[in-house]
Amino acid sequence: MAAFLQNPLNVFALGVLGLLGMGIYGLLITRNMIKMVAVLQILVKSAVLALVLAGKAGGNINLGQSLAATVIVSDTIVAVIGLALGVQIQRRFGTADLKEIATLKG
Amino acid sequence: MLDWLLVIAAVVCAYQVMRAQRLILATLWLASTSALVATLLYRLGAPEVAVMELSVGAGLVTVLFVFAFSIVGEVTLDPRGIVPRPLVWAMILAIILLMGWFILPLTNSQNPVVKVPFSTMLWDQRGLDVLAQIVLIFSGAIGLLGLLAEREIVVGRKPRPTVALTSGSSQPEVLDGRWQITANETSVEEN
Repeated sequence: MAAFLQNPLNVFALGVLGLLGMGIYGLLITRNMIKMVAVLQILVKSAVLALVLAGKAGGNINLGQSLAATVIVSDTIVAVIGLALGVQIQRRFGTADLKEIATLKG
Repeated sequence: MLDWLLVIAAVVCAYQVMRAQRLILATLWLASTSALVATLLYRLGAPEVAVMELSVGAGLVTVLFVFAFSIVGEVTLDPRGIVPRPLVWAMILAIILLMGWFILPLTNSQNPVVKVPFSTMLWDQRGLDVLAQIVLIFSGAIGLLGLLAEREIVVGRKPRPTVALTSGSSQPEVLDGRWQITANETSVEEN
């Protein structure tokens, strides 16, 4: 157990798991669309950290870095488009609550 | 020890994003999480990505969020979720335990360390990713135009009510399903 905790890679892996858990928790409890974009950001931060950690553990950290750079750019575009959708929904319906703006009834 | 502190602080900041009742506070906690993750990336030996995460994650995205709040106004959030909390915690625990079982413990690589520079890796070996990033940036610019659009999107046009006064009466009448006010035998349409 002491050897497990002393290896820094395991510490970073626990951080990846913690951020992943917080991201999934947020996705399940959040109803506001704009806040859901923020929660997605946390999930993607976990993925970025995991990619760099995998590169480091595999001996090719620059491959992990290049993949993480792509993920960061994609994540920013997702945030921009998600916020644009959220703002337009807030203007159209007066709320961004996903439960209230749902029009499918069943 | 510093790595432990950074990891715990990042997870706590991420939890505060969920707990914050005001969106501006959630954004500030998100920026703190981003800064801490950037520090973790730097300590992991990835300074290029750390700089990108710090500038984009803690800078640009925070500015975008604040800009969006300035458009729609501050919103107080309803803390009640759709899924019951015990079920949420059970699912998260199951996911974390399964993933931890798959990936832990991590060991240092037994393979020889690859010494390819980051610029060579990004521009030469991952050139297709760079092209995809350029396309994505154009998509983001179009999305930003959507964020800046002032005009409301009208899905279906409602029939404009025609208002008319009947002579000698101050009460409006409904004719053919629409409000009609006729005055001096003249129909006046309201804009």
